[in-house]
Amino acid sequence: MAVDTLQTSLPVAVSGRATRESQLGLMWRRFRRHKLALISLWVVVLFYLVALLAEFLAPTDPGAYSARYTYAPPQGIHFVAVNEDGSWEFGPYVNGYKTEIDPVALRRTFVIDEEVRLPVRFFAESKPYMLAGVIPMSIKFMGVENPRDPFYILGADRLGRDMLSRLIHGTRISLSIGLVGVTMSLFFGIVIGGFAGYYGGWFDSAVMRVVEFIRSMPTIPLWLGLAAALPKDWSALQTYFAITLILSLIGWTELARVVRGRFLSLRTEDFVTAAQLDGASDWRIVTRHMVPSFTSHIIAAATLAIPGMILAETALSFLGLGLQAPIVSWGTLLQDAQNIRTLATAPWLLAPGVCVVIVILALNFFGDGLRDAADPHGR
Amino acid sequence: MVGFIIRRFIAMLLTLVAVSIVAFAIIQLPPGDYLTSYIAQLASTGDQVDPRVIENLRLQYGLGEPFYVQYWKWVTGIVQGNFGHSFEWKRPVWELIWGRLGNSIMVEGMAVIVMWLIAVPIGIYVAVRKYSLGDYLATVAGFIGLAVPNFFFALILMYLAYVWFGTTMGGLFSPEFENARWSLPRIWDFLAHAWAPVLVLATAGTAELIRILRANLLDELKKPYVVTARAKGLPEWKVILKYPVRLAMNPLVSTIGWLLPALVSGSVIVSVVLNLPTAGPMLLRSLTTQDMYLAGAIILLLSVLTVIGTVISDILLALIDPRIRYGSK
Repeated sequence: MAVDTLQTSLPVAVSGRATRESQLGLMWRRFRRHKLALISLWVVVLFYLVALLAEFLAPTDPGAYSARYTYAPPQGIHFVAVNEDGSWEFGPYVNGYKTEIDPVALRRTFVIDEEVRLPVRFFAESKPYMLAGVIPMSIKFMGVENPRDPFYILGADRLGRDMLSRLIHGTRISLSIGLVGVTMSLFFGIVIGGFAGYYGGWFDSAVMRVVEFIRSMPTIPLWLGLAAALPKDWSALQTYFAITLILSLIGWTELARVVRGRFLSLRTEDFVTAAQLDGASDWRIVTRHMVPSFTSHIIAAATLAIPGMILAETALSFLGLGLQAPIVSWGTLLQDAQNIRTLATAPWLLAPGVCVVIVILALNFFGDGLRDAADPHGR
Repeated sequence: MVGFIIRRFIAMLLTLVAVSIVAFAIIQLPPGDYLTSYIAQLASTGDQVDPRVIENLRLQYGLGEPFYVQYWKWVTGIVQGNFGHSFEWKRPVWELIWGRLGNSIMVEGMAVIVMWLIAVPIGIYVAVRKYSLGDYLATVAGFIGLAVPNFFFALILMYLAYVWFGTTMGGLFSPEFENARWSLPRIWDFLAHAWAPVLVLATAGTAELIRILRANLLDELKKPYVVTARAKGLPEWKVILKYPVRLAMNPLVSTIGWLLPALVSGSVIVSVVLNLPTAGPMLLRSLTTQDMYLAGAIILLLSVLTVIGTVISDILLALIDPRIRYGSK
């Protein structure tokens, strides 16, 4: 009987290449069924591309200021212009500004001047720069024809710096903090959670008590306390890594729990027992049988941990104890939007917050999709 | 039950000790000791530095002695109600924070109540009317609630209130009620101010509570006893409210354990945005000026509040769920 089934099933398995799929292939197939997760994946990819190509996409340097255009409102970008005689003109352009004196506040404000059209060039020539610090380039994604004309698609801030450029550069910092922070947390989580799950016993319960303790503390006061102790004279890069480390000091707990949980539950699975009975070594069981069956879970858990990191960094920097001024992140950008009067004159300063919401939503949906796809017992 | 409470209390005491060690470590973190910077600050403003005062302070805090001696002095002081001295305000820490802490507790407590008031009816509704329009709306709203950071929500609310009504939101009291005694008008004034922060704080947790309640209730509703109740001709509201809802609420009570830390965290940053006289803005200020005894006391007390809140929720859970009362060991 057993021989029979073996013989009838064998040819199918050998000849039918299409029936063989890797673990990741299976996961991808299940993942594709979640439309929302799939869309979110593209959104996330798009954001990370923006982060990668920041210098190319940003029209100006994030620090470039112009006192002539403080709080200039967003120009938007137009593609079709209607002339006075009713004829249409194609080609991207932005409007210029004219200044008006506010009759009440007696303050100079900028108003979009519909008369002036400043043509926009895509792949425009620019001053040479290094893309991501390595690739020399001298083309920007877009720019106005005359570099001295104002170009503020999303408006300008207090110092007349281009919001769009700052947003794009902020994307790089905020998103990379999410990745670096989760990588660090993952390292702590896998080492600590792995040991706890593998050895069990007193070490396991000690680790779990510590995890419970950390999770029962309010995080922001703790983070603030740690971040406030960073020396003020540290360089931008040092602060960046110190802040990420501080975030991971609390972030590892969730991942450690996931890793430990998987280790514990897998130890009693039939296929592990089967491998043990086959005489496989511990090392082989762990690397060949156990790890492949939970990497997908770990990836999903790690993805779901990124939003927390991004939110934490944003919150810390917003309060002024995270990343410091010359570094541009969504949190430091939102710091300018703290004052209600500023907000009333320049609501576009809230743009980084919108980015945060979109990225967090996308990462959550993407992570949820991954988690469902990684679960072999799922629907 | 008594045994359970005693066990929980011992665990709480151990946690409190751990919390105090963490808080003290944060006090110790900034380089140099504060007394030195305090003396420097006094000297720079031209004040006379009385060596005896300095020596007293040095003795009181055990500066220059090993970590554990300083920690011991600090902790025994706190047990006696002495939280140390704020170098910036030149006043005892406790005097500065107790009022603000009270405000924190009030705002956070109200947020918890509002969260439950919103989440429970909606959670029951979306579970009973699964896949209805309301269910989808609640899901979408929940996801947005999870993704919008507290402080960003507060900023938007502040902006809209300014643009639409021309009012600047912020604070918990109007100036004339700031230092008044509690009275009906003052309570009204407080509520008129507090709704915004309470609403902001409640949103994030509400979404999660609805999700948990919905999932639990859906599991319960599938069980045979519900069918039996229905078959016996019980009115539908009774079928749902009498048993499944009560069972589905139990895990909800246990969520306070992680909800409270998140709430306390959130309230710090929301208070800064909305300029509330709670512990949050004072913590931020004391950290930036390195007024470490004040900062440490606030961190300690916020954490202690969280721990105590969690213990209360555990005891509540044991009260309503006999499996926990008798099940554990």
